[in-house]
Amino acid sequence: MSNKLMSRLTTGASAPAAASAMTRRGFLVSMTATGVAFGFPRASHAAMNPVAADGLPVQPVGDTFEPTMWYWIDTDGQVNVNIIRAEMGQHVGTAIARILADELEVSWDKVHITHVDTDEKWGLMVTGGSWSIWQSWPVYRQAGAAGRTALIEAAAAQWGVDPATCTARDGVVTDGTNSITYGDLVAAGLDRSFTEEELQALTLKPHEELRLVGKDVTALDIENKTNGKAIYGLDAKVEGMVYGVPLLPPTRLGSSVTSVDDSGAKDVKGYLQTLTLEDPSGTVPGWVVVLGESLMAAKWASEAIAVEWAAGDTANVNEAQINDRSRALIADDTAGSILPTDNPDTTAAFEGAADVLEAEYSTQTVLHFQLEPVNATVFQNDEGMWEIHTGNQWQSLILPVLSEALEAPADKIVMRSYMLGGGFGRRLNGDYTVPAALASKALGGKPVKLVFFREDDAQFDSVRSPSIQKLRMAFGEGNAVTGMEHHAAAGWPTGVLAPGFMPKGVNDVPYDPFAIDGADHWYNVGAHKVRALENDLANATFRPGWLRSVGPGWTNFAVESFMDEAAHKVGTDPVEFRLQHLTAEGSNAGSAPNAVGGALRQAEVLRRVAEMSGYGTADLPADTAIGIATTFGQSRGMPTWTAGAVKLHVDRERGYVTVEKMWLAFDCGTVVDPDGALAQCQGAALWGLSMALHEGTMIEDGNVVDRNLGGYTPLRLIDTPELEIAFVESTEVPVGLGEPGTTVIAPAIANAIYNAVGARLRHLPIRPDDVLAALKA
Amino acid sequence: MIEFEINGRKVSVDADPQTPLLWAIRDEIGLTGTKFGCGIGMCGACTVHIDGQATRSCITAVGDIAGLKVTTIEGLDADANHPVQEAWRNLRVPQCGYCQSGQIMQAASLLQDTPNPTDQDIDDVMTGNLCRCMTYPRIRQAVREAATAMSGAQNQ
Repeated sequence: MSNKLMSRLTTGASAPAAASAMTRRGFLVSMTATGVAFGFPRASHAAMNPVAADGLPVQPVGDTFEPTMWYWIDTDGQVNVNIIRAEMGQHVGTAIARILADELEVSWDKVHITHVDTDEKWGLMVTGGSWSIWQSWPVYRQAGAAGRTALIEAAAAQWGVDPATCTARDGVVTDGTNSITYGDLVAAGLDRSFTEEELQALTLKPHEELRLVGKDVTALDIENKTNGKAIYGLDAKVEGMVYGVPLLPPTRLGSSVTSVDDSGAKDVKGYLQTLTLEDPSGTVPGWVVVLGESLMAAKWASEAIAVEWAAGDTANVNEAQINDRSRALIADDTAGSILPTDNPDTTAAFEGAADVLEAEYSTQTVLHFQLEPVNATVFQNDEGMWEIHTGNQWQSLILPVLSEALEAPADKIVMRSYMLGGGFGRRLNGDYTVPAALASKALGGKPVKLVFFREDDAQFDSVRSPSIQKLRMAFGEGNAVTGMEHHAAAGWPTGVLAPGFMPKGVNDVPYDPFAIDGADHWYNVGAHKVRALENDLANATFRPGWLRSVGPGWTNFAVESFMDEAAHKVGTDPVEFRLQHLTAEGSNAGSAPNAVGGALRQAEVLRRVAEMSGYGTADLPADTAIGIATTFGQSRGMPTWTAGAVKLHVDRERGYVTVEKMWLAFDCGTVVDPDGALAQCQGAALWGLSMALHEGTMIEDGNVVDRNLGGYTPLRLIDTPELEIAFVESTEVPVGLGEPGTTVIAPAIANAIYNAVGARLRHLPIRPDDVLAALKA
Repeated sequence: MIEFEINGRKVSVDADPQTPLLWAIRDEIGLTGTKFGCGIGMCGACTVHIDGQATRSCITAVGDIAGLKVTTIEGLDADANHPVQEAWRNLRVPQCGYCQSGQIMQAASLLQDTPNPTDQDIDDVMTGNLCRCMTYPRIRQAVREAATAMSGAQNQ
């Protein structure tokens, strides 16, 4: 997805500010005798530099040279790289700085990073979609090349030689006779900037001369994550801050407060007051925030406060109703958006079919359960700026909303950068900053630290929507595949939070790519109809979220289970069946720069993982088998060629599935940080396992049922299998790795269960009772 | 006032005795390396040592630890170089890092109680600590490596 498209998304998200005047009525429901000291505190710690215990960016020595806004070089030759991406475990700053430093030709030990605060000059600030490296690659390479070019030119000018005779390495320019450090060149004074056109025209290093990219490195953020010094949003401290906890309304939208009685809280030591929020942005309707001098004072007070609400329309909605709505949408041929596949008209294929295969797949609601519950600390500083201290993945999406909520212009709001105690897409939706901002606003800008206890975090989560999918395949003469249909219905995250971004299908109806990507696969199957359906009941009940791998986490469960079912139906080995259809014809041939080779590269990782796992050749015990799946990661626009194999054992008596080993093969183009890449793929694959077998919740009475670890059971260490992961050597464009590993595991597990015991599981998560029921069916 | 020792330093905290130790450590004493995850003792992010025993500080009342010795991630080793921390860095265990203080404190406690743990011991103990980034393969390996380093040091 291009930056241009992404900026359309943010444009679409910034609806005109509500004109409603802010009223203080309702804020001061109760005010204790405790005086509220109004002052304008200074900004505190943030986590701009993950190496520093105080989080502060490295300071330059002497003058600096800034060839582009992405970095400076000082007179000591130190380089500070500006990172607009959030650090949430991907070691993203390290990888991006390596890309730049490589082109710049500096030693890695001279390189620092700064996770910058929000500023319009950075453009779109988002960390998601597994895009960071892919999007940064051309930009930071050019930026590095610009610096190298300028420094070489400056040295050549000093010596009166042709710049073409000079080279740069490890922060030193030489022409064979003379040599000078970058630091000395900066000290001598350099004033060269580059236009966009000049940047585009710069010559980048050939792949074989890359010295940092692809080489082993310890990420800069690792050390402080082993000694307690890393600074997360929950660690934010602001002088004079009070603590807040929310009291959540019975429905995510449409509830309003009818009464608040805090008389029971008056005796709680440290209780300050209760605020009924007035939200011009409409983000948190019906919210109440309880303030205390300490977090527990606020929490204990909140437990003693009686709030009555008029509930919104979704107070009785449950997951079965949401799924029924999905099925009704799928049954309505006129509903939904049809994606621009090569030939979306499947009518003839199915009318003339000798045989048709059909199956329905479903997936349950999933929580992010990022380990750091959402939180935000907000105040107005002495310059009148609203400071939002929090970890966030999509600053550009929430800033316009905060502007509406605070009734302040966007340039009067800044988000400070913190480490994220897990993102996984939860913090793409920055809605949790809004109640903190409204609480501070109600106090005239006094700092408020709003903390969600786990149960509140879960209830307020932007969950992965439940989904229903119907797949069909038409077979002609000799079991040849002549057509395929994929109808997928779910809540749409982009539809709800950023509708202006959605592209239009061939029938002119917009669709959420994040809720359908994956269904538009690279198999040549004749006519191919992919229909995306927006579940309006889901959208009304909760805020559908982008959760690690988003749509491809469920669409590929369907596609790759169905490919196995089709293979078994026609009596062909499932790997062979896939290879027969990864023929790279039409648009599946791929295109430069992101999808060179197309489906042939997917076929290659599939062969690779089959070989690694011993698929089809391993001699396995009874009720034990290997299952296979392959995907293209997140989207056709940025395919990460991915294949997975899972070996598991099924206990026929109890229905338990024990995963013994998982193999994955990736072709992600150029690998920038090999160990970081491996870590992302390990985590992504285990998320796939967790969502396949271990975690899932349900909507009941308008909210998720499971709100803490008593009922919600993500993968633990004891159930973690051995992993073997391989990367195809490549010099192609680097594409994303944060999510693709997630997409292959659930279908590989379902396929392995079928191979082991002949039971076909079409619902996620797969629980022992489901296995027993399928065995009996 | 509740008095206890934290990382070798005597402190007195003016808080309701029912306050979870976690918040006393984080908000009163100001050591934020210990993290809040679930609040019900089931994720392990808040793990500290109390008189040497790994303890979930989110479900431990500060009033109950008067006179006891608390060790947090900041005090595990003066140079932040406990063999477990060293193994964690060598294997580059952390991703987001949020659970890792608790993981490290749990692992250090495990190795103190069971210097030569079997793989099953490691799985049984460390499975109580949730890692949402799923760094489990590296946690498992790092505990083994730390165990080897620690038993090697003892044998010298």
